[in-house]
Amino acid sequence: MSINETAHSNIYLRSSINVQRRVVFALLMREILTRYGRHNIGFLWLFIEPMVFTIGITVLWTVTRTVHGSSIPITAFAVTGYSSVLLWRNMPSRTILSIIPNLSLMYHRNVRPIDVFLSRLILEAAGATTSFIVLSLLFNFVGWMDPPQDILMVLLGWGLLAWFGSALAICLGALSELSEIVDKIWHPIAYLLFPLSGAAFSVDLLPPAGREFLLYFPMVNGVEIVREGYFGSNYTAHYDLGYTAAFCLVLSLCGLAFERHMSAKVTPE
Amino acid sequence: MIFLSDVRKSYATNHGAFEVLSGVNLTIHPGEKIGILGKNGAGKSTLVRLLSGAERPSGGAVIRKMSVSWPIAFGGAFQTTLTGMDNVRFICRVYNRDEANARSYVDSLAELGRFLDEPVRTYSSGMRARLAFALSMLVEFDCFLIDEVVAVGDLRFHQKCEAELFEKRKDRAMVIVSHNEAYIKSHCTRCAVLSNGVLTAYENVDEALFYYQNING
Repeated sequence: MSINETAHSNIYLRSSINVQRRVVFALLMREILTRYGRHNIGFLWLFIEPMVFTIGITVLWTVTRTVHGSSIPITAFAVTGYSSVLLWRNMPSRTILSIIPNLSLMYHRNVRPIDVFLSRLILEAAGATTSFIVLSLLFNFVGWMDPPQDILMVLLGWGLLAWFGSALAICLGALSELSEIVDKIWHPIAYLLFPLSGAAFSVDLLPPAGREFLLYFPMVNGVEIVREGYFGSNYTAHYDLGYTAAFCLVLSLCGLAFERHMSAKVTPE
Repeated sequence: MIFLSDVRKSYATNHGAFEVLSGVNLTIHPGEKIGILGKNGAGKSTLVRLLSGAERPSGGAVIRKMSVSWPIAFGGAFQTTLTGMDNVRFICRVYNRDEANARSYVDSLAELGRFLDEPVRTYSSGMRARLAFALSMLVEFDCFLIDEVVAVGDLRFHQKCEAELFEKRKDRAMVIVSHNEAYIKSHCTRCAVLSNGVLTAYENVDEALFYYQNING
């Protein structure tokens, strides 16, 4: 490629990025309005909804004294665990069958299925993250929870969970447009994955064979990293960073391939 | 210019693939007005969607060397639970237009007044048509794709469409899909007939109309 061509393709790339940024923003604003409307607290539901869920689980686990087998206070355990589940598990639920209701927007050449996915994923991540932060601050303020020991570590774990959730969501969102089975089967799977998500237990408690099995699940690794960041030396975490990143990378590539295949078939109404 | 080169499009149906377009060739030059005639189900709207880039061809190539509008049909492309103004903002964001001036511009064309802040689902079909038209005039394109313009609207609206499209934007290319032969005849410089998946282009509109009447008869 000559210098001239490189400069040219740079300009194309930059203008493409600008177009995509505008389209995703437009879809995002539109999604906030269609989902939450303009009335009462509006878009605040974005993070109040996951907050209510997490508070409910925290109360439930505290009352029933669910054994999680570590010295970590139950509030902190529930907040880190359940927030993590909400982050990755709600993402596929938001992208599955999200193209059909948006078909009329595909009349605009630059509005593509991946933009619908991205806008919904950004919203979902923003909601779950805000809920996690607000709850941590709140419980910290009333003295039920200590601040995290290593914020960067928490961010790393949280980022991996968001990456995993997004990749899974793009895969399932694309496949759901090709086959109805995806939507039908996701709900039971999402439910059944909860016990395997690492939210309600500590990997350290399990026998080595069980640990090894569970660490095949990327979300278990993610939660463990979040907890290591949060509790530091008070918590013995087990995870494989390289494996988790590789898993997410492969899943992302699959998702983009499925999306490409599906979007070629999209027919605006 | 827009080039269609051996464009094919087929859809999956319950009875196997159905080919709507089987090798369509067309070149659209800047400023020219091309009418597209064809029976119901001949594939006119499919052709327009392929031209706009909303759909990809199954085979062949669509090359756009000028900016092309989305298909201007006076029904769809709305989010009906949102207000007219929300839809205006969406278009402004996607096409990078200034939102501040958009309201007064759309209002002057669509004449929706305070209904611009009401959900589109409460609009009559005439109001929707006016909003759709105003939205599509908000963005300037080199080539406008117009699908069945004359189908809706009263006389006043019709006159506004005429003024906006054929006076103010008479230098632009237009692809006009219609069943109305008189409309094509008065606005188009040339014409093409879509039949059995093949597009036959005529330099002379009368010739195309004659051919169209024959295949219809």
